[in-house]
Amino acid sequence: MCSATSYKMASAMQEKQYTPSLLSFFIYNPTFGPREGEEEKKILFYHPSDIEKNEKIRNVGLCEAIVQFTRTFCPTKPAKSLHTQKNRQFFFEPEDNFWIVMVVRNPMIEKPNKDGKPPTIEYQEEEILDTVYGAVVRQCYSMYKLFNGTFGRAMEAGGVELLTQKLEKFFYRYLQTLHLQSCDLLDVFGGISFFPLDKMTYLKIQSFVNRVEESLSLIKYTAFLYNDQLIWSGLEQDDMRILYKYLTTSLFPRHSEPELAGRDSPLRPEVAGNLLHYGRFLTGPTNLKDPEAKFRFPKIFVTAEDGYEELHLIVYKAMSAAACFMISASVELTRDFCEQLDGLVGPQLTLLASDICEQFTINRRISGPEKEPQFKFIYFNHMNLAEKSTIHMRKTASVCLTSVHPDLMKILGDINCDFARVDEDEEIIVKAMTDYWVVGKKSDQRELYVILNQKNANLIEVNEEVKRLCATQFNNIFFLD
Amino acid sequence: MTEPPQQHYLELSENPVQFEHASSVNNVFFDEANKQVFAVRSGGATGVVVKGPDDKSSVAFRMDDKGEVKCIKFSIGNKILAVQRTSKSVDFINFIPDYPHTEFSQECKTKNANVLGFCWTNWNEIVFITDQGIEFYQVFPDKRSLKLLKNQSINVNWYQYCPETAVILLSTTVQGNILQPFAFRNGTMSKMSKFEIELPVIPKPAKLSLSERDIAMATIYGQLYVMYLKHHSRTANSPSAEVVLYHLPREGACKKSHVLKLNTTGKFALNIVDNLVVVHHQSSQTSLIFDINLKEPDCAVNTHQPVLPARSIHPYRMPLAGPAVVPSQPPVPCQLYSSSWSVFQPDIIISASEGYLWYLQVKLHPTVNLLQDKGKLMDFLLRRRDCKMVILSVCSQILEGGVKGSLPVVATVFDKLNQVYKEYLEAEQSYTVAMESGPSRGSAAQKRPVRTQAVIDQSDMYTHVLSSFTERKEVSHKFVIAVLMEYIRSLNQHQITVQHYLYELVIKTLVQHNLFYMLHQFLQYHVLSDSKPLACLLLSLESTYPPAHQLSLDMLKRLSTANDEIVEVLLSKQQVLGALRFIRSVGGHDNVSARKFLDAARQTGDQMLFYTVFRSFQQRNQRLRGSPAFNPGEHCD
Repeated sequence: MCSATSYKMASAMQEKQYTPSLLSFFIYNPTFGPREGEEEKKILFYHPSDIEKNEKIRNVGLCEAIVQFTRTFCPTKPAKSLHTQKNRQFFFEPEDNFWIVMVVRNPMIEKPNKDGKPPTIEYQEEEILDTVYGAVVRQCYSMYKLFNGTFGRAMEAGGVELLTQKLEKFFYRYLQTLHLQSCDLLDVFGGISFFPLDKMTYLKIQSFVNRVEESLSLIKYTAFLYNDQLIWSGLEQDDMRILYKYLTTSLFPRHSEPELAGRDSPLRPEVAGNLLHYGRFLTGPTNLKDPEAKFRFPKIFVTAEDGYEELHLIVYKAMSAAACFMISASVELTRDFCEQLDGLVGPQLTLLASDICEQFTINRRISGPEKEPQFKFIYFNHMNLAEKSTIHMRKTASVCLTSVHPDLMKILGDINCDFARVDEDEEIIVKAMTDYWVVGKKSDQRELYVILNQKNANLIEVNEEVKRLCATQFNNIFFLD
Repeated sequence: MTEPPQQHYLELSENPVQFEHASSVNNVFFDEANKQVFAVRSGGATGVVVKGPDDKSSVAFRMDDKGEVKCIKFSIGNKILAVQRTSKSVDFINFIPDYPHTEFSQECKTKNANVLGFCWTNWNEIVFITDQGIEFYQVFPDKRSLKLLKNQSINVNWYQYCPETAVILLSTTVQGNILQPFAFRNGTMSKMSKFEIELPVIPKPAKLSLSERDIAMATIYGQLYVMYLKHHSRTANSPSAEVVLYHLPREGACKKSHVLKLNTTGKFALNIVDNLVVVHHQSSQTSLIFDINLKEPDCAVNTHQPVLPARSIHPYRMPLAGPAVVPSQPPVPCQLYSSSWSVFQPDIIISASEGYLWYLQVKLHPTVNLLQDKGKLMDFLLRRRDCKMVILSVCSQILEGGVKGSLPVVATVFDKLNQVYKEYLEAEQSYTVAMESGPSRGSAAQKRPVRTQAVIDQSDMYTHVLSSFTERKEVSHKFVIAVLMEYIRSLNQHQITVQHYLYELVIKTLVQHNLFYMLHQFLQYHVLSDSKPLACLLLSLESTYPPAHQLSLDMLKRLSTANDEIVEVLLSKQQVLGALRFIRSVGGHDNVSARKFLDAARQTGDQMLFYTVFRSFQQRNQRLRGSPAFNPGEHCD
């Protein structure tokens, strides 16, 4: 299949390109103000907040109407998005009658006109993907739920008042961190990058986790990461997925700066049991020795057999190794406990981190120096949420950099949509306008997207190239050719 | 005794050798070489009864009373009897059938020398030890004569003989503390390097200061040692007695190698049981044990403290009070540590006055609760002969406790077990390699490695410890999984291939507690190694955990010997085209059964699919045989 869409680059110098941006984001519950004149009660959260009340009500009413209207066609699957010339709206009902709506302004090109006329604005209605931004909305909810529990929980605890407070507090900050222009296929996947590791080192980590959990029996779950990649999760997959997102896009980037700065400084002066170590808390107290230190940790909500459970999230890091310890929120954490944890985990984690680092360098040496390959790829496995991308640079707090043109990313997104429509395995090869070949493969629950930069290659050669890639990169999984 | 009975870790053998106790008319002798007790009544005239460790070595006979017997010993295999009655000569009697039974005699060659004793070093080789040296003879029973093979002049105070190694140790010089060993083998006598025992005090004027009673020879861990019981001495500022071990190598100099701290004073006796040095202390009626291979981290090199606290030998009741027993008489408690006891190497205790010979034995079970440090306990147990069941029970005990912080202990124990296990596997492997490379060179030197009880393999652990442990309801599954992973980690660390039943145990436990995501992660990191049985087990989990399907296929793919299985799996999922593409990609298309694919295609009810598959096989047939028709054997018409 060849894509018929044309992918233009901005050609004229004077043209100004605008990326998609967040217009509004609101949450409402139609059952809270069913009567006329009470419409405002439906609105639980509205961004931007300085919008005039009646406009808010109008916008919410419109969404309500669209959902209601589309429901007549398919009662179980009402509209998920609304495309208009200027923007696109996404509807999501995470809990019964609670709706989250996100309105994204379409990307646009501003073309200056001669003779001082106002510039012409050209909206690119087809450039953004429902799957990507639909996923972003769902992620917003998951993130809220991770730190606050469900909407229903807040309602039970303190009614609408508490819920609106919580929403306000959470989304006010969270929406500032949404960078809609850099959302892409990876947001659709919401995957987890796993750290490649040999069996023995992995078992050592297991042993470490088990020992810590045994001696500090308060700890219910542990997750272990290295280099911002996951190695072990005691949490269930879906909880880990969102926690991973939080850690890698928010918590770790916030702490990476001081760490880099402190690289040349000697070992920190705190010495536990004569063992120098690099361990420190990323959540909770920054300095255990500080008499004023507060032993408060962020609380998170994860699924449990009977609904959800609330946990303290302790993130402790030594060099590139990070361990997340989760403890029931009903327990109050004390200085004593934190010191005990620091003394026990710090030295062991420091040792493990250097072990892993050493092992990693050995493996890298065996596999040979990394050459800049002829291709870039994204791999995702729905079964374990494993993702791997050579397209994306390291994530930072603010942006997620990609090394390819957004147009190519859009093609990847399109192929992904095609895959989502059918159950069977398939393969799609696209020749993009810019001499790139884009190949999408789907085998069972796995998806692979390859971007090849081979100008003169033909279809057969591209196919061969991808086969070679599969044989070298994915030889230990069952991936049908 | 106030201590609980299970704390006695030493005991006397249940079936002692019984003999007529010593009396004015009955002299009793013990031969360490053949471990035989001689009861000589009236100089032999009214009978000599020889009792050995088994019935075969027991003999009874009469001989003429030619004076008081000083020493009496059979040569190896009860071939020739040697009897010393005077200090000048030794008499011989043939016990070989068809040989003349008349006694013959041999005087010592050295003039004016007194025979201190003699030792048989072979069935027909004997050494006389005199106060002026040693004489090594070969005996010709048919000719009733002896031939001197070798002799050596040296002043001798006393001697000791170690039959296991055929080494005779002579005490020389005035003080007696220069010891000269000689080794005997197949008619040759070799002088080993002499050495000096450091005396606590040097007497002035010089006099014999090293007593025969304070020296013993024994092999410990396959090496010959001379053990010196160094008594405490007020003048030398040594507060308590100690046993000093001198290592006596076949070649090279003898070296002081170990010091065993007794922490008390008094009368002692030594035994060697199961490579342990047992020190009996008479006044406290207790014994101590030392293991010279146990490293003592907080002691100076090669200084050892007792492994366990001092305990007495397990109380013993004599089932029969002497030969003249009344059947209804109840067993009498035996007086332990009696002054009438004689102790012989390595493990023999004789009560001549009561007519008993016991073997001293170590009971391992009581040691378990006496040694709190489980790592040290394992080091101790792994070196013992009958250790397997005790070790396994210790493992069970550690796991059962569920004491906080026991995982590091579990890890230490597993590592110790697997170290021994690995050493055995490696020896076994190098033996196999040597055997396969042919008997051409050095194959005689390669002996098949002996599997001792200390080799605790995966199946032992599984059967006796892990399988019952994982079934226990009261143990948290978290701990169960942690322990299993710890065992797998330890095996991996020692490069031992993990058996799939251990993986199955892990999977079973995880599945039982719905911990599928954990299982998934273990498989993802290949912690549970690939195998067909494991892949099949995963397939069976698909209905409860769908991703198991993918995991299983991946595993089959990695095995690379399971292409047929992959095809079956795909066909069962009605992924006919997928199966076809797969078999083509691995080059098995030409030999595959077309019928299987066509059947599967028909079952989907998709006519187009059936046609495609059918055409594909027709094309194959065309390519292979030049005709689209199927072979009759393929049943595809």
